[in-house]
Amino acid sequence: MNLLALVGRVFLAFLTQVGQFTLFALVSLSHCLRPPFYLRLTARQMIEIGYYSLPVVGLTAIFTGMVLALQTSSGFSELAAESSVAMIVAWGMTRELGPVLAGLMVAGRIGAAMAAEIGTMKVTEQVDALYTLSTNPYKYLVVPRLIAGATMLPLLVLVADIIGIFGGYVLGTTKLGFSEHGYISATWRHLEFIGVVSGLTKAAVFGLVIALMGCYHGIHSRGGAQGVGKATTNAVVSASILILLLNYVLTEMFFA
Amino acid sequence: MTDKITLENVSKSFGRKTVLDGLSLSVEKGQSLVIIGGSGSGKSVTLKCILGLIHPDRGSIKVDGRETVGLSGRERARMLSRFGMLFQGAALFDSLPVWENVAFGLIEGQGIRRKEARDRAVDTLAQVGLGADVGDLFPSELSGGMQKRVGLARAIATRPEIIFFDEPTTGLDPIMADVINDLIVKCVKDLGATTLSITHDMSSASKIADRIAMLYQGRMIWEGPAKDVWNSGNDYVDQFVHGRADGPIRMALRA
Repeated sequence: MNLLALVGRVFLAFLTQVGQFTLFALVSLSHCLRPPFYLRLTARQMIEIGYYSLPVVGLTAIFTGMVLALQTSSGFSELAAESSVAMIVAWGMTRELGPVLAGLMVAGRIGAAMAAEIGTMKVTEQVDALYTLSTNPYKYLVVPRLIAGATMLPLLVLVADIIGIFGGYVLGTTKLGFSEHGYISATWRHLEFIGVVSGLTKAAVFGLVIALMGCYHGIHSRGGAQGVGKATTNAVVSASILILLLNYVLTEMFFA
Repeated sequence: MTDKITLENVSKSFGRKTVLDGLSLSVEKGQSLVIIGGSGSGKSVTLKCILGLIHPDRGSIKVDGRETVGLSGRERARMLSRFGMLFQGAALFDSLPVWENVAFGLIEGQGIRRKEARDRAVDTLAQVGLGADVGDLFPSELSGGMQKRVGLARAIATRPEIIFFDEPTTGLDPIMADVINDLIVKCVKDLGATTLSITHDMSSASKIADRIAMLYQGRMIWEGPAKDVWNSGNDYVDQFVHGRADGPIRMALRA
Protein backbone atom coordinates (compact mmCIF):
# COMPACT_ATOMS: atom_id res chain seq x y z
CA MET A 1 0.00 0.00 0.00
CA ASN A 2 1.21 3.42 -0.93
CA LEU A 3 2.22 5.41 2.14
CA LEU A 4 1.12 8.70 0.61
CA ALA A 5 -2.31 7.30 -0.14
CA LEU A 6 -2.62 6.23 3.47
CA VAL A 7 -1.63 9.66 4.77
CA GLY A 8 -4.03 11.28 2.32
CA ARG A 9 -6.90 9.06 3.37
CA VAL A 10 -6.38 9.76 7.05
CA PHE A 11 -6.16 13.49 6.38
CA LEU A 12 -9.31 13.51 4.25
CA ALA A 13 -11.19 11.54 6.90
CA PHE A 14 -10.07 14.11 9.46
CA LEU A 15 -11.27 16.98 7.29
CA THR A 16 -14.62 15.24 6.78
CA GLN A 17 -15.03 14.98 10.54
CA VAL A 18 -14.11 18.62 11.09
CA GLY A 19 -16.53 19.75 8.39
CA GLN A 20 -19.32 17.55 9.69
CA PHE A 21 -18.78 18.81 13.21
CA THR A 22 -18.67 22.46 12.14
CA LEU A 23 -21.97 22.07 10.31
CA PHE A 24 -23.46 20.32 13.31
CA ALA A 25 -22.31 23.07 15.65
CA LEU A 26 -23.64 25.85 13.41
CA VAL A 27 -27.03 24.20 12.93
CA SER A 28 -27.32 23.49 16.66
CA LEU A 29 -26.39 27.02 17.70
CA SER A 30 -28.80 28.53 15.19
CA HIS A 31 -31.57 26.39 16.69
CA CYS A 32 -30.69 27.84 20.12
CA LEU A 33 -31.99 31.21 18.92
CA ARG A 34 -35.21 30.11 17.24
CA PRO A 35 -38.42 28.88 18.88
CA PRO A 36 -39.93 26.54 19.89
CA PHE A 37 -37.98 26.14 23.13
CA TYR A 38 -38.33 23.14 25.40
CA LEU A 39 -38.10 24.76 28.83
CA ARG A 40 -39.02 21.64 30.77
CA LEU A 41 -36.25 19.63 29.09
CA THR A 42 -33.74 22.46 29.54
CA ALA A 43 -34.56 22.64 33.25
CA ARG A 44 -34.12 18.89 33.58
CA GLN A 45 -30.70 19.05 31.92
CA MET A 46 -29.70 21.97 34.14
CA ILE A 47 -30.49 19.94 37.23
CA GLU A 48 -28.65 16.94 35.81
CA ILE A 49 -25.52 18.94 34.93
CA GLY A 50 -25.54 21.57 37.64
CA TYR A 51 -26.91 19.92 40.74
CA TYR A 52 -25.83 16.31 40.33
CA SER A 53 -22.26 17.26 39.38
CA LEU A 54 -21.79 19.17 42.65
CA PRO A 55 -20.35 16.25 44.68
CA VAL A 56 -17.79 15.31 42.04
CA VAL A 57 -16.72 18.87 41.36
CA GLY A 58 -16.71 19.75 45.07
CA LEU A 59 -14.46 16.82 45.99
CA THR A 60 -12.09 17.61 43.16
CA ALA A 61 -11.92 21.24 44.21
CA ILE A 62 -11.31 20.75 47.91
CA PHE A 63 -8.41 18.34 47.41
CA THR A 64 -6.92 20.51 44.69
CA GLY A 65 -7.05 23.56 46.98
CA MET A 66 -5.41 21.60 49.80
CA VAL A 67 -2.67 20.19 47.63
CA LEU A 68 -1.95 23.62 46.15
CA ALA A 69 -1.50 25.03 49.64
CA LEU A 70 0.70 22.15 50.72
CA GLN A 71 2.98 22.32 47.69
CA THR A 72 3.29 26.10 47.82
CA SER A 73 4.17 26.24 51.51
CA SER A 74 7.14 23.96 51.04
CA GLY A 75 8.59 26.27 48.41
CA PHE A 76 8.55 29.55 50.34
CA SER A 77 10.34 30.76 53.43
CA GLU A 78 8.27 30.77 56.58
CA LEU A 79 7.86 34.54 56.63
CA ALA A 80 6.48 34.92 53.14
CA ALA A 81 4.48 31.73 53.33
CA GLU A 82 1.11 32.96 54.57
CA SER A 83 0.62 35.59 51.89
CA SER A 84 2.02 33.56 49.01
CA VAL A 85 0.09 30.38 49.83
CA ALA A 86 -3.16 32.34 49.90
CA MET A 87 -2.25 34.03 46.65
CA ILE A 88 -1.30 30.90 44.77
CA VAL A 89 -4.43 29.07 45.91
CA ALA A 90 -6.70 31.99 44.96
CA TRP A 91 -5.04 32.54 41.58
CA GLY A 92 -4.64 28.89 40.73
CA MET A 93 -8.19 27.95 41.56
CA THR A 94 -10.00 30.86 39.90
CA ARG A 95 -7.85 31.15 36.79
CA GLU A 96 -6.91 27.61 35.87
CA LEU A 97 -7.63 24.67 38.08
CA GLY A 98 -11.26 25.51 38.85
CA PRO A 99 -12.46 25.66 35.25
CA VAL A 100 -10.13 23.00 33.83
CA LEU A 101 -10.65 20.36 36.49
CA ALA A 102 -14.38 20.98 36.74
CA GLY A 103 -14.55 20.84 32.94
CA LEU A 104 -12.70 17.54 32.77
CA MET A 105 -14.80 15.99 35.53
CA VAL A 106 -18.04 17.12 33.90
CA ALA A 107 -16.81 15.93 30.49
CA GLY A 108 -16.42 12.46 31.98
CA ARG A 109 -19.73 12.56 33.79
CA ILE A 110 -22.04 14.46 31.45
CA GLY A 111 -20.42 14.23 28.02
CA ALA A 112 -20.39 10.45 28.28
CA ALA A 113 -24.00 10.33 29.47
CA MET A 114 -25.17 12.58 26.62
CA ALA A 115 -23.39 10.55 23.96
CA ALA A 116 -24.70 7.28 25.38
CA GLU A 117 -28.29 8.48 25.73
CA ILE A 118 -28.56 10.15 22.33
CA GLY A 119 -26.54 7.37 20.70
CA THR A 120 -28.92 4.73 22.05
CA MET A 121 -31.87 6.79 20.85
CA LYS A 122 -30.23 7.00 17.44
CA VAL A 123 -29.57 3.28 17.00
CA THR A 124 -33.03 2.31 18.26
CA GLU A 125 -34.65 4.73 15.76
CA GLN A 126 -35.99 7.00 18.50
CA VAL A 127 -34.35 9.97 16.79
CA ASP A 128 -36.13 9.05 13.55
CA ALA A 129 -39.34 8.71 15.54
CA LEU A 130 -38.93 12.29 16.77
CA TYR A 131 -38.76 13.45 13.15
CA THR A 132 -41.92 11.58 12.20
CA LEU A 133 -43.72 13.18 15.16
CA SER A 134 -42.92 16.63 13.73
CA THR A 135 -40.28 17.32 16.36
CA ASN A 136 -36.83 18.52 15.41
CA PRO A 137 -34.23 16.39 17.25
CA TYR A 138 -31.84 19.36 17.32
CA LYS A 139 -34.36 21.43 19.23
CA TYR A 140 -35.61 18.58 21.38
CA LEU A 141 -32.34 16.84 22.23
CA VAL A 142 -29.38 19.10 21.44
CA VAL A 143 -30.45 22.66 22.32
CA PRO A 144 -31.51 21.93 25.94
CA ARG A 145 -28.16 20.26 26.57
CA LEU A 146 -26.16 23.09 25.01
CA ILE A 147 -27.97 25.75 27.02
CA ALA A 148 -27.70 23.74 30.23
CA GLY A 149 -23.99 23.08 29.65
CA ALA A 150 -23.08 26.68 28.90
CA THR A 151 -25.02 28.09 31.86
CA MET A 152 -24.41 25.46 34.53
CA LEU A 153 -20.67 25.02 34.21
CA PRO A 154 -19.88 28.62 35.25
CA LEU A 155 -22.01 28.13 38.36
CA LEU A 156 -20.22 24.86 39.11
CA VAL A 157 -16.86 26.56 38.68
CA LEU A 158 -17.90 29.39 41.00
CA VAL A 159 -18.68 26.78 43.64
CA ALA A 160 -15.42 24.98 42.85
CA ASP A 161 -13.47 28.23 43.31
CA ILE A 162 -15.01 28.80 46.72
CA ILE A 163 -14.53 25.21 47.86
CA GLY A 164 -10.96 25.13 46.53
CA ILE A 165 -10.00 28.29 48.37
CA PHE A 166 -11.69 26.91 51.47
CA GLY A 167 -9.56 23.76 51.08
CA GLY A 168 -6.43 25.88 51.06
CA TYR A 169 -7.70 27.78 54.11
CA VAL A 170 -8.41 24.62 56.07
CA LEU A 171 -4.99 23.17 55.34
CA GLY A 172 -3.22 26.46 55.92
CA THR A 173 -4.85 27.14 59.30
CA THR A 174 -4.72 23.61 60.68
CA LYS A 175 -1.55 22.07 59.29
CA LEU A 176 0.66 25.03 58.39
CA GLY A 177 -0.26 27.15 61.41
CA PHE A 178 -1.39 30.29 59.59
CA SER A 179 -3.77 32.66 61.35
CA GLU A 180 -7.37 32.53 60.19
CA HIS A 181 -7.64 36.26 59.83
CA GLY A 182 -4.33 36.61 58.03
CA TYR A 183 -5.14 33.92 55.49
CA ILE A 184 -8.56 35.33 54.66
CA SER A 185 -7.35 38.89 54.28
CA ALA A 186 -4.45 37.72 52.11
CA THR A 187 -6.90 35.82 49.94
CA TRP A 188 -9.08 38.91 49.55
CA ARG A 189 -6.05 41.02 48.67
CA HIS A 190 -5.05 38.68 45.87
CA LEU A 191 -8.43 37.76 44.42
CA GLU A 192 -8.86 39.81 41.28
CA PHE A 193 -11.89 40.44 39.17
CA ILE A 194 -10.26 39.51 35.87
CA GLY A 195 -9.04 36.18 37.25
CA VAL A 196 -12.51 35.13 38.35
CA VAL A 197 -14.21 36.40 35.21
CA SER A 198 -11.72 34.68 32.90
CA GLY A 199 -12.27 31.44 34.81
CA LEU A 200 -16.05 31.68 34.49
CA THR A 201 -15.81 32.54 30.78
CA LYS A 202 -13.66 29.48 30.27
CA ALA A 203 -16.25 27.45 32.13
CA ALA A 204 -19.05 28.61 29.82
CA VAL A 205 -16.99 27.68 26.76
CA PHE A 206 -16.06 24.30 28.23
CA GLY A 207 -19.69 23.59 29.09
CA LEU A 208 -20.69 24.31 25.52
CA VAL A 209 -17.87 22.14 24.17
CA ILE A 210 -18.79 19.22 26.42
CA ALA A 211 -22.44 19.34 25.37
CA LEU A 212 -21.60 19.80 21.68
CA MET A 213 -19.23 16.83 21.70
CA GLY A 214 -21.65 14.63 23.62
CA CYS A 215 -24.54 15.43 21.28
CA TYR A 216 -22.47 15.29 18.08
CA HIS A 217 -21.01 11.87 18.78
CA GLY A 218 -24.37 10.62 20.02
CA ILE A 219 -26.31 11.73 16.97
CA HIS A 220 -23.70 10.38 14.57
CA SER A 221 -23.32 7.01 16.26
CA ARG A 222 -24.29 3.96 14.31
CA GLY A 223 -24.27 0.21 14.50
CA GLY A 224 -25.69 -0.90 17.83
CA ALA A 225 -24.03 -1.27 21.20
CA GLN A 226 -20.49 -1.09 19.86
CA GLY A 227 -21.24 2.15 18.02
CA VAL A 228 -22.70 3.70 21.16
CA GLY A 229 -19.65 2.65 23.17
CA LYS A 230 -17.36 4.22 20.61
CA ALA A 231 -19.43 7.40 20.55
CA THR A 232 -19.18 7.66 24.33
CA THR A 233 -15.40 7.26 24.30
CA ASN A 234 -14.99 9.75 21.48
CA ALA A 235 -17.21 12.29 23.21
CA VAL A 236 -15.15 12.23 26.40
CA VAL A 237 -11.75 12.14 24.71
CA SER A 238 -12.50 14.90 22.21
CA ALA A 239 -14.13 17.12 24.84
CA SER A 240 -11.17 16.68 27.20
CA ILE A 241 -8.61 17.50 24.51
CA LEU A 242 -10.60 20.51 23.35
CA ILE A 243 -10.90 21.75 26.93
CA LEU A 244 -7.13 21.70 27.43
CA LEU A 245 -6.52 23.27 24.03
CA LEU A 246 -9.12 26.00 24.40
CA ASN A 247 -7.90 26.68 27.93
CA TYR A 248 -4.57 27.75 26.47
CA VAL A 249 -6.22 29.84 23.74
CA LEU A 250 -8.51 31.60 26.20
CA THR A 251 -5.68 32.26 28.66
CA GLU A 252 -3.69 33.81 25.82
CA MET A 253 -6.68 35.99 24.93
CA PHE A 254 -7.27 37.20 28.49
CA PHE A 255 -3.76 37.70 29.79
CA ALA A 256 -1.34 38.05 26.89
CA MET B 1 -58.83 7.30 -7.68
CA THR B 2 -56.04 9.76 -6.98
CA ASP B 3 -52.55 8.81 -5.97
CA LYS B 4 -51.63 9.74 -2.42
CA ILE B 5 -47.95 8.86 -2.72
CA THR B 6 -46.01 8.64 -5.96
CA LEU B 7 -42.38 7.69 -6.38
CA GLU B 8 -40.77 8.13 -9.76
CA ASN B 9 -37.40 6.77 -10.68
CA VAL B 10 -35.95 7.10 -7.18
CA SER B 11 -32.32 6.05 -6.78
CA LYS B 12 -30.10 5.96 -3.75
CA SER B 13 -26.59 4.65 -3.27
CA PHE B 14 -24.49 4.37 -0.14
CA GLY B 15 -20.89 4.56 -1.28
CA ARG B 16 -20.52 1.95 -4.00
CA LYS B 17 -23.64 0.04 -2.96
CA THR B 18 -26.79 0.87 -4.93
CA VAL B 19 -29.82 0.33 -2.70
CA LEU B 20 -32.60 1.86 -4.80
CA ASP B 21 -32.19 1.68 -8.55
CA GLY B 22 -34.84 3.71 -10.32
CA LEU B 23 -37.75 2.68 -8.08
CA SER B 24 -41.24 3.78 -9.09
CA LEU B 25 -44.42 3.06 -7.18
CA SER B 26 -47.69 4.70 -6.28
CA VAL B 27 -50.25 4.25 -3.52
CA GLU B 28 -53.84 5.30 -4.09
CA LYS B 29 -55.80 7.23 -1.48
CA GLY B 30 -57.27 4.94 1.16
CA GLN B 31 -55.37 1.97 -0.14
CA SER B 32 -53.02 -0.37 1.72
CA LEU B 33 -49.87 -1.25 -0.17
CA VAL B 34 -47.47 -3.79 1.27
CA ILE B 35 -43.92 -3.97 -0.01
CA ILE B 36 -42.35 -7.39 0.34
CA GLY B 37 -38.78 -8.32 -0.33
CA GLY B 38 -35.75 -9.92 1.26
CA SER B 39 -33.36 -8.29 3.68
CA GLY B 40 -31.31 -5.58 2.01
CA SER B 41 -33.68 -5.17 -0.93
CA GLY B 42 -34.20 -1.48 -0.08
CA LYS B 43 -37.55 -1.62 1.71
CA SER B 44 -36.57 0.44 4.74
CA VAL B 45 -34.66 2.93 2.61
CA THR B 46 -37.81 3.46 0.54
CA LEU B 47 -39.82 4.43 3.62
CA LYS B 48 -37.05 6.66 4.93
CA CYS B 49 -36.76 8.43 1.58
CA ILE B 50 -40.48 9.25 1.60
CA LEU B 51 -40.24 10.54 5.18
CA GLY B 52 -37.18 12.61 4.29
CA LEU B 53 -34.88 10.86 6.77
CA ILE B 54 -32.72 9.87 3.79
CA HIS B 55 -32.29 12.09 0.74
CA PRO B 56 -32.55 10.22 -2.55
CA ASP B 57 -29.80 10.81 -5.13
CA ARG B 58 -32.26 11.10 -8.00
CA GLY B 59 -35.96 10.92 -8.69
CA SER B 60 -39.15 12.49 -7.46
CA ILE B 61 -41.37 11.71 -4.48
CA LYS B 62 -44.81 13.30 -4.44
CA VAL B 63 -47.35 13.31 -1.63
CA ASP B 64 -50.81 14.48 -2.72
CA GLY B 65 -49.23 15.59 -5.98
CA ARG B 66 -46.71 17.85 -4.22
CA GLU B 67 -42.99 17.29 -4.65
CA THR B 68 -41.36 16.53 -1.27
CA VAL B 69 -37.72 16.06 -2.24
CA GLY B 70 -35.80 19.11 -1.01
CA LEU B 71 -38.47 20.53 1.29
CA SER B 72 -37.17 22.91 3.96
CA GLY B 73 -37.29 21.92 7.63
CA ARG B 74 -40.53 23.69 8.46
CA GLU B 75 -42.41 22.52 5.37
CA ARG B 76 -41.12 19.02 6.01
CA ALA B 77 -42.43 19.14 9.58
CA ARG B 78 -45.82 20.28 8.29
CA MET B 79 -45.90 17.43 5.80
CA LEU B 80 -44.86 14.91 8.45
CA SER B 81 -47.67 16.01 10.74
CA ARG B 82 -49.99 14.12 8.38
CA PHE B 83 -47.91 10.94 8.71
CA GLY B 84 -47.80 8.27 11.35
CA MET B 85 -45.18 5.59 11.60
CA LEU B 86 -44.84 2.33 13.48
CA PHE B 87 -41.16 1.46 13.76
CA GLN B 88 -39.72 -2.02 13.62
CA GLY B 89 -38.50 -1.97 17.22
CA ALA B 90 -41.42 0.31 18.22
CA ALA B 91 -38.80 3.06 18.94
CA LEU B 92 -40.67 4.26 22.02
CA PHE B 93 -39.02 7.08 23.98
CA ASP B 94 -37.79 5.24 27.02
CA SER B 95 -37.43 8.38 29.11
CA LEU B 96 -41.17 9.06 28.90
CA PRO B 97 -44.09 7.10 30.35
CA VAL B 98 -46.35 5.26 27.92
CA TRP B 99 -49.10 7.88 27.86
CA GLU B 100 -46.60 10.65 27.01
CA ASN B 101 -45.25 8.51 24.20
CA VAL B 102 -48.72 8.17 22.74
CA ALA B 103 -49.53 11.82 23.31
CA PHE B 104 -46.17 13.05 21.98
CA GLY B 105 -47.42 14.05 18.54
CA LEU B 106 -50.42 15.80 20.11
CA ILE B 107 -48.38 17.78 22.64
CA GLU B 108 -45.30 18.63 20.60
CA GLY B 109 -46.72 18.53 17.09
CA GLN B 110 -50.17 20.01 17.52
CA GLY B 111 -49.67 21.99 20.74
CA ILE B 112 -52.55 20.37 22.59
CA ARG B 113 -52.55 20.88 26.38
CA ARG B 114 -51.06 18.01 28.38
CA LYS B 115 -54.23 17.23 30.30
CA GLU B 116 -56.37 16.96 27.20
CA ALA B 117 -53.63 15.08 25.35
CA ARG B 118 -53.51 12.59 28.19
CA ASP B 119 -57.23 11.86 27.86
CA ARG B 120 -56.83 11.32 24.15
CA ALA B 121 -53.82 9.08 24.76
CA VAL B 122 -55.89 6.91 27.10
CA ASP B 123 -58.63 6.68 24.43
CA THR B 124 -56.06 5.67 21.82
CA LEU B 125 -54.54 3.08 24.16
CA ALA B 126 -58.03 1.61 24.56
CA GLN B 127 -58.29 1.34 20.77
CA VAL B 128 -55.24 -0.93 20.72
CA GLY B 129 -56.56 -2.95 23.64
CA LEU B 130 -54.51 -1.49 26.47
CA GLY B 131 -56.00 -0.23 29.75
CA ALA B 132 -55.46 3.23 31.20
CA ASP B 133 -53.17 1.77 33.90
CA VAL B 134 -50.59 0.92 31.23
CA GLY B 135 -50.24 4.65 30.56
CA ASP B 136 -48.21 5.22 33.70
CA LEU B 137 -45.68 2.45 32.99
CA PHE B 138 -42.43 3.04 31.19
CA PRO B 139 -41.68 1.33 27.84
CA SER B 140 -38.96 -0.86 29.39
CA GLU B 141 -41.60 -2.42 31.65
CA LEU B 142 -43.64 -3.69 28.68
CA SER B 143 -43.35 -6.90 26.68
CA GLY B 144 -42.48 -6.77 22.99
CA GLY B 145 -46.09 -7.20 21.92
CA MET B 146 -47.28 -4.45 24.23
CA GLN B 147 -44.52 -2.14 22.98
CA LYS B 148 -45.73 -2.73 19.43
CA ARG B 149 -49.27 -1.86 20.51
CA VAL B 150 -48.08 1.34 22.15
CA GLY B 151 -46.10 2.13 19.00
CA LEU B 152 -49.26 1.62 16.98
CA ALA B 153 -51.20 3.85 19.37
CA ARG B 154 -48.53 6.54 18.98
CA ALA B 155 -48.71 6.24 15.20
CA ILE B 156 -52.48 6.70 15.07
CA ALA B 157 -52.93 9.17 17.97
CA THR B 158 -52.70 12.24 15.72
CA ARG B 159 -55.25 10.71 13.32
CA PRO B 160 -52.82 10.80 10.35
CA GLU B 161 -53.83 10.48 6.71
CA ILE B 162 -50.88 8.27 5.88
CA ILE B 163 -49.43 5.54 8.08
CA PHE B 164 -46.21 3.58 7.54
CA PHE B 165 -45.61 0.20 9.11
CA ASP B 166 -42.02 -1.02 9.24
CA GLU B 167 -42.07 -4.79 9.75
CA PRO B 168 -45.00 -4.65 12.18
CA THR B 169 -44.87 -8.32 13.17
CA THR B 170 -41.12 -8.94 13.35
CA GLY B 171 -40.05 -10.43 16.66
CA LEU B 172 -43.55 -11.36 17.83
CA ASP B 173 -45.00 -14.80 18.42
CA PRO B 174 -47.53 -15.90 15.76
CA ILE B 175 -50.56 -15.19 17.92
CA MET B 176 -49.40 -11.71 18.94
CA ALA B 177 -48.44 -11.09 15.31
CA ASP B 178 -52.01 -11.84 14.27
CA VAL B 179 -53.37 -9.60 17.03
CA ILE B 180 -51.22 -6.75 15.72
CA ASN B 181 -52.35 -7.45 12.15
CA ASP B 182 -56.00 -7.29 13.25
CA LEU B 183 -55.37 -4.05 15.10
CA ILE B 184 -53.68 -2.54 12.07
CA VAL B 185 -56.58 -3.47 9.81
CA LYS B 186 -59.12 -2.14 12.32
CA CYS B 187 -57.32 1.12 13.07
CA VAL B 188 -56.63 1.86 9.43
CA LYS B 189 -60.27 1.26 8.56
CA ASP B 190 -61.42 3.53 11.41
CA LEU B 191 -59.18 6.33 10.20
CA GLY B 192 -59.63 5.75 6.49
CA ALA B 193 -55.89 6.20 6.17
CA THR B 194 -53.59 5.38 3.29
CA THR B 195 -50.94 2.91 4.40
CA LEU B 196 -47.61 1.70 3.18
CA SER B 197 -46.08 -1.28 4.97
CA ILE B 198 -42.92 -3.26 4.53
CA THR B 199 -42.61 -6.81 5.70
CA HIS B 200 -41.25 -10.21 4.86
CA ASP B 201 -43.95 -11.97 6.81
CA MET B 202 -46.37 -13.29 4.16
CA SER B 203 -49.26 -14.01 6.52
CA SER B 204 -49.07 -10.43 7.71
CA ALA B 205 -48.83 -9.13 4.15
CA SER B 206 -51.88 -11.02 2.91
CA LYS B 207 -53.88 -9.89 5.92
CA ILE B 208 -53.24 -6.14 5.76
CA ALA B 209 -52.62 -5.55 2.05
CA ASP B 210 -54.95 -4.38 -0.70
CA ARG B 211 -52.06 -4.53 -3.11
CA ILE B 212 -48.65 -6.10 -2.82
CA ALA B 213 -45.43 -4.99 -4.48
CA MET B 214 -42.19 -6.92 -4.51
CA LEU B 215 -38.84 -5.19 -4.33
CA TYR B 216 -35.69 -6.88 -5.52
CA GLN B 217 -32.29 -5.24 -5.86
CA GLY B 218 -33.76 -1.77 -5.57
CA ARG B 219 -36.36 -2.24 -8.28
CA MET B 220 -40.02 -3.12 -8.35
CA ILE B 221 -40.27 -6.52 -10.01
CA TRP B 222 -43.96 -7.25 -9.44
CA GLU B 223 -47.09 -5.44 -8.31
CA GLY B 224 -50.66 -6.59 -8.11
CA PRO B 225 -53.73 -7.25 -5.95
CA ALA B 226 -52.95 -9.07 -2.71
CA LYS B 227 -54.77 -12.26 -3.66
CA ASP B 228 -52.74 -12.66 -6.86
CA VAL B 229 -49.44 -12.86 -5.04
CA TRP B 230 -49.72 -16.63 -4.51
CA ASN B 231 -49.92 -17.36 -8.23
CA SER B 232 -48.21 -14.39 -9.78
CA GLY B 233 -46.45 -16.30 -12.52
CA ASN B 234 -43.26 -14.49 -11.54
CA ASP B 235 -40.43 -16.82 -10.53
CA TYR B 236 -38.93 -14.34 -8.09
CA VAL B 237 -42.24 -13.69 -6.33
CA ASP B 238 -43.04 -17.41 -6.26
CA GLN B 239 -39.75 -18.21 -4.63
CA PHE B 240 -40.20 -15.49 -2.03
CA VAL B 241 -43.81 -16.12 -1.00
CA HIS B 242 -43.26 -19.85 -0.74
CA GLY B 243 -39.97 -19.35 1.07
CA ARG B 244 -37.76 -21.60 -1.05
CA ALA B 245 -33.99 -21.54 -0.90
CA ASP B 246 -33.69 -22.54 -4.57
CA GLY B 247 -34.73 -20.20 -7.33
CA PRO B 248 -33.68 -17.10 -9.22
CA ILE B 249 -33.06 -15.06 -6.05
CA ARG B 250 -29.60 -15.66 -4.66
CA MET B 251 -29.26 -14.54 -1.10
CA ALA B 252 -26.14 -12.47 -0.71
CA LEU B 253 -24.19 -14.35 1.91
CA ARG B 254 -21.55 -11.65 2.01
CA ALA B 255 -22.56 -8.02 2.09
